[in-house]
Amino acid sequence: MRTKLHLPKDRVDYARQLARKISAPVADFMDRHSSVTVERATLRLAGADGANADGIPVPNLVVDQIRAVDPVLLEDGATIRYVNALVKSGDSVEALNVRIADGFNVMSLPLGDRAAIEEKAAELVLSSSSRIKDNRAHRDRKLEEFRDRNHKPLLYLIVATGNIYEDVKQAKAAAEQGADVIAVIRTTAQSLLDYVPFGPTTEGFGGTYATQENFRIMRAALDEVCEKEKRYILLTNYASGLCMPEIAAMGALERLDMMLNDSMYGILFRDINMYRTFVDQKFSRMINAHAGIIINTGEDNYLTTSDAFEKAFTVLASQFLNEEFGFRAGLPAKLQGLGHAFEMDPTIKNGFLYELSQAQMAREIFPEHPLKYMPPTKFMSGDVFKGLAMNTLFNFVSKATNQGIHLLGMLTEAVHTPFMMDRYLAVENATYVMNSMEDFYDDVEFRKDGIIVRRAHDVLDQTISFLEEVEAIGMFDSIERGLFAEVKRPKDGGKGFEGLVNKGPDYYNPFEENLKRELGLVK
Amino acid sequence: MHVIRPYGDTMDDGKVQLSFTLPVSDGARGREAARKLVLSWGFKDCEVVHSAPLSDEFSFYVAYGKTESSVDYDAMVADQASADASMTMDEVNEYIRREIGRKVVVVGACTGFDAHTVGIDAIMNMKGYNHHYGLERYSDLEAYNLGAQVPNEKLIEFSAKVNADAILVSQVVTQKETHVHNMTEFIELLEAKGLRDRFVCVAGGPRIGNKLAVELGFDVGFGRGTYADDVATFIVKKLAEKKRL
Ligand code: B12
Repeated sequence: MRTKLHLPKDRVDYARQLARKISAPVADFMDRHSSVTVERATLRLAGADGANADGIPVPNLVVDQIRAVDPVLLEDGATIRYVNALVKSGDSVEALNVRIADGFNVMSLPLGDRAAIEEKAAELVLSSSSRIKDNRAHRDRKLEEFRDRNHKPLLYLIVATGNIYEDVKQAKAAAEQGADVIAVIRTTAQSLLDYVPFGPTTEGFGGTYATQENFRIMRAALDEVCEKEKRYILLTNYASGLCMPEIAAMGALERLDMMLNDSMYGILFRDINMYRTFVDQKFSRMINAHAGIIINTGEDNYLTTSDAFEKAFTVLASQFLNEEFGFRAGLPAKLQGLGHAFEMDPTIKNGFLYELSQAQMAREIFPEHPLKYMPPTKFMSGDVFKGLAMNTLFNFVSKATNQGIHLLGMLTEAVHTPFMMDRYLAVENATYVMNSMEDFYDDVEFRKDGIIVRRAHDVLDQTISFLEEVEAIGMFDSIERGLFAEVKRPKDGGKGFEGLVNKGPDYYNPFEENLKRELGLVK
Repeated sequence: MHVIRPYGDTMDDGKVQLSFTLPVSDGARGREAARKLVLSWGFKDCEVVHSAPLSDEFSFYVAYGKTESSVDYDAMVADQASADASMTMDEVNEYIRREIGRKVVVVGACTGFDAHTVGIDAIMNMKGYNHHYGLERYSDLEAYNLGAQVPNEKLIEFSAKVNADAILVSQVVTQKETHVHNMTEFIELLEAKGLRDRFVCVAGGPRIGNKLAVELGFDVGFGRGTYADDVATFIVKKLAEKKRL
């Protein structure tokens, strides 16, 4: 790649080294811990599914049954108990799920022959792993079949009606209008539920519940549009919140293609406990990596609470950290949709040049990553006409800097969740701008001592100072002191802390072992 | 009497710009349906200037209508907290010392499942918003900002504990009327505990109007573009008024 910004390579390498050092103690912690949702995600991979009459999902029932006997038992992992029940009862996975939903307690059976359990577990690992690989192969085949039919960058649209059947209508229309990626926004506050609801849902606020059945319904609908439009439509959801790894598992099983998945978002913006979040994000990313799912990180969120010009370095710092945590979970660069956003105050003089600079900077520092670029939201107002103009500039910057995933801005951002026609206007705007500047990226360079080049150097310098500070203080303490997003989170505060689990000496998780093998993470 | 109509390029031409979606395919018939619909809304004239397919089953229209309807501007009552200008921070502090004679305690939060903190922070945080300092900066106010996703129960409990004079409730998410449910629950809880009269209750958020807030039992409601000055002015005047009673 030809550089337009001339960023010093040794400085960029140094920033990466800092990110590696910062994440090392966290990685140590992650390796020694599991969590209730990591255990439930594992059970889901084993086939645990369904819910009891009160709507409590089977994976939760199993984990709760184990904890009820003695919380320490979970230190051996939940899989062994579930598989033991399968072996002892001779039930199929489906039959056992039904029995558990009806009240059967897996702890009522003493642990049987270890070899038989391991054999059965190996069979389950193989079956989920091949299902995930088949999904991956299917996606690759379709992407190959419909090669060059997607936009560059990929146009990403959101649906959020609360009702999965209504979402399907909106998603199909959006795909027919030109969307390459459809994201189903989750309902308000799902991230704070410590379980994943079961079955199709029609009630949600500001979004739709992420459930495995909803994933399946939307996938099937989009597959139809793929064939009609001769374009692969990528489906996105949120592997975030208290059930991050379980949602990753469901997405892997139902062939989602992208997942919002950030290493720190839950801590900073949802007040989820930091230890829990780090443990959960690792397992979820291993699943995403195995399934070939592109993650989208949440750096844009930093700019909703902080000033986008002043705090641009927090975005770059977070990208370095997300990248490093991604690598540690076996997630290659091409699956890392690192996030950033066009959120500068529109009254800043030369704001456009700074946005252009920062977007190009992300492109050059993360050349293989399918960068996820977010539109203006904070300064969008009821003036929908000005909003359309702001989105036009955003579209321009995205194409001019060759971004990977382009989240279309809505002119009505400050008014309501998108109407069908809002999405249409967004696609029209983007396709107009991007077509008219198709080869801009290759054709235009920046003045070597100009505003654009200088801005990028400044942001990189600020990022390095910031990372040095975090490295000196340590990651956990830095979060506690409010270095990130100006939000302070106590180490043992926040939601979900009680769901953190020590891995005991006999911790057994053949699914994790398999993931590590598949991803080349075993030494 | 001051009769007004929309203005395009000539006084009283009544020109209005509209855009909407219809659940039919695009085409001449769709455009006619769009035109007839606009006329059915009372417009005297309608021109559909653009249509486009959104999918096989939906289409988009841009239309201009001409209306003869009018309103009497003199008879309009604005939906706002107060028509008076707000005092500045220094004036508010001065007013508190003069009229109330002690520190005024305010507690704020974004309640329910609503996770939007930027609005309540704009009103409360030291640094404020758009060059207007927030309530924490006021020397004669004691301000507590509990942040977002705070249950009504907890907000009330805390306010009672610190002997608050005013409670500030922020509501940003309005889908499915969540704000209405949440605000109603807040007032009902206060009433059930017999605490409603103890606090000046202030609601705020981009979709909150004064009228709605008052209907739901708050003392006042503030919408988009509010600054701490406006809120502080209302609270201290209300307290002084209460004191005089
Ligand atoms: C930033 C943002 C977020 C951030 C919030 C970060 C944070 N820490 O606050 C994040 C990314 C977390 C977020 C999440 C969501 N968001 Co949001 N978000 C926005 C956005 C872009 C800007 C809001 C903002 O900060 N405005 C700036 C502040 C200063 O303005 P303000 O809030 O209006 O406050 C002013 C006044 O209203 C008033 N005020 C506000 N509160 C109070 C209180 C009192 C007492 C007083 C006196 C005055 C007052 O004074 C303030 C200063 O003038 C808006 C879109 C937009 N441009 O408005 C969407 C928006 C508000 N979000 C929306 C939605 C739907 C969501 C989600 C539900 C999406 C989802 N399904 O996940 C989640 C909510 C999760 C939850 N549990 O609540 C919708 C709401 C639609 C609706 N009307 O119901 C909007 C409009 C976007 C959209 N078009 O869909 N969001």
